[in-house]
Amino acid sequence: MFAYVVKRLIAGFFVVILVSMSIFALFWYGPQEPARPLCNLETSQRCTPERLEVYTESMGYNNPIHSEYLKFMKGIVAGRDITIAGRTQECPAPCFGFSYATDRPVWGELKDRLPATISVAFGGAALYVILGVPIGIAAARRRGTLTDKALVSTFLVLSSVPYYLFALMLWLYVTIVWQVPGLSDTGYVPLSENPAKWAAGLLLPWLALGIFGSTQYTRFARGSMIEALSEDYIRTARAKGLPTRTVVYRHGLRAAMVPIVTIFGIDLGTLLVGTIFTERIFDIQGIGLWALLAVGDKDLPVVQATALFGAVVMIVCNLLVDLVYSALDPRVRLS
Amino acid sequence: MSHIPTPGQSTPQTESRVSTSDPFLVVDDLTVKFPTEEGQITAVSGLSYSVARGQTLGIVGESGSGKSVSSLAVLGLHDPKRSQITGSIKIGDQEIVGASESTMRALRGNKVSMIFQDALAALHPFYKVGGQLAEAYRAHHHSASKRDARRKAIEMLDRVGIPQPDKRVDDYPHQFSGGMRQRAMIAMGLINDPSLLIADEPTTALDVTVQAQILDLLQDLQAEFDSAVIIITHDLGVIAEMADEVLVMYAGRAVEHGTTKQLLTHPEMPYTWGLLSSVPDVTADTDARLIPIPGNPPSLVNPPSGCAFHPRCTHRDKVPGDLCRTEMPALLPATIGQGHLKRCHLADPVAIYQQEVLPEIAPELVEEN
Repeated sequence: MFAYVVKRLIAGFFVVILVSMSIFALFWYGPQEPARPLCNLETSQRCTPERLEVYTESMGYNNPIHSEYLKFMKGIVAGRDITIAGRTQECPAPCFGFSYATDRPVWGELKDRLPATISVAFGGAALYVILGVPIGIAAARRRGTLTDKALVSTFLVLSSVPYYLFALMLWLYVTIVWQVPGLSDTGYVPLSENPAKWAAGLLLPWLALGIFGSTQYTRFARGSMIEALSEDYIRTARAKGLPTRTVVYRHGLRAAMVPIVTIFGIDLGTLLVGTIFTERIFDIQGIGLWALLAVGDKDLPVVQATALFGAVVMIVCNLLVDLVYSALDPRVRLS
Repeated sequence: MSHIPTPGQSTPQTESRVSTSDPFLVVDDLTVKFPTEEGQITAVSGLSYSVARGQTLGIVGESGSGKSVSSLAVLGLHDPKRSQITGSIKIGDQEIVGASESTMRALRGNKVSMIFQDALAALHPFYKVGGQLAEAYRAHHHSASKRDARRKAIEMLDRVGIPQPDKRVDDYPHQFSGGMRQRAMIAMGLINDPSLLIADEPTTALDVTVQAQILDLLQDLQAEFDSAVIIITHDLGVIAEMADEVLVMYAGRAVEHGTTKQLLTHPEMPYTWGLLSSVPDVTADTDARLIPIPGNPPSLVNPPSGCAFHPRCTHRDKVPGDLCRTEMPALLPATIGQGHLKRCHLADPVAIYQQEVLPEIAPELVEEN
């Protein structure tokens, strides 16, 4: 088990390196004049060809890509000084450069925004599972009955509504139309500062993500559970004289959890990388909103850092999924 | 409680193993219906049989003949909301058709247990073999501690011939070989000393040598526990080795029923002849061809009219008129053998068997006659 984890971590590390190379190359070769956004910004849109050349030269775009990549990676590991157009700034490790828009180190901003995104993601994902999985199991156990059909069709209709519309309507009704006390002021307050306000400000985004996501998890858990309950070993468990509860949960759910865990890991990763609509609608200063604004502003260091962050999160989530998977299924452990 | 005479009961024991006890399991006029995607099917109709402790009943038939469905009914494993079960099933003196789920749960795996075919699928892949055995033990020994149950699991694994049972008890099913998995399955079936053991094709997924070991094991354990055994199979070799009595099923009905000797030496129903013809014989000439039964098993949604076997029966022209197609033959006493029953319109099946069937499937026996 330990050797397996180490092996996976080493493999994951190399994937991160590979991803960092691709992202670096993308932002190197992609824009026609990679220095122009910063030049425009700092010269108040009066970026002459001469000024642009100064920026291009000082930002290293005239040097070979590999030496600049190594500088970038060294900055992440050890920090570095960045000199652009004659102005030198110290960028402590891990250095992802300075945001063009705010002139602050990208890492610092990422760190500030991360708790908000993590809070939204974990709360929403927990609600997915808490709401979706038990309803799915209930539907699976009543397969073919009116209850099952009603649940399935309700969730089908709910999940066909676009998420942004659903979240927007939820926000609109709760905060503007009904003005539900305590919930109307959404946003992120650090947990350490005021736990009650933290929860109150995040409750709506959690509900939006949770209710919407649970529709998928209901269908998913239902399908997975129906499959598990039709296995031969379930018949064996019943033939042993075990109580129905033991048959359904100990024997059925254990097997049905495997595909659910896989999807859940990927979904959690996606949420951590940023919930753009949720953050935008409920006014939460998280990673998703930040990345969205950075793309609009052509704030290359931020876009680059969020892309890399997303890749790392997805790799870690996949590793976690595989670990949970092998904990659930002993047949995976040996291979 | 009315006493219903059943065919099995009236069968005299020809062999030395005469059972003095009353039948432990009595199935009477059992009918099982349930809906499928194609429509409502009658998987079992009007089935009656009985088994005494120490005795083995073999149920033979093709897939879809109702042999497994009738046995699942004995354990009450059909979904009561979806299936309709009529008739009577008595275990000991307890009527179980219509019995509550908690009554059934107390019986399952305890007084009556079942061994399934394909132990790889029938054992839970995520739990240790020993844990699954212990779970079966504790389901009916509520006061037993985990340690007691584990000790019992090791003891049972040892009893069915698993080497190093104290180590293998912590293995997962996929770490066992096919034969060992089936042994573990048997150990699980016997862990609560059941009075009735139903083995559903227990050797189908195994190779021949392992098959023989498993059958020997089952026989030894039966002698030891004095249980009634039902063995479901399509393999007449298994029947010949194991069963005292045989029930041949076709399209959900009993078509022939008698002692193993009666059925193997003078069968009187063309479907049984077909089953005998399709058994390979290792001593026969390698050029000898197996004679398959023509056609396919019948649809249970729209079963054939009259005798369900008539579309595939090569002897139906010997029955006058259109009787095979229009009228279902009753299960009546056969020409030879007391208690031997058959469901067929043929007037003189013994002569047809001797003159037409036997020369084809076992010419050496004809010469001896």
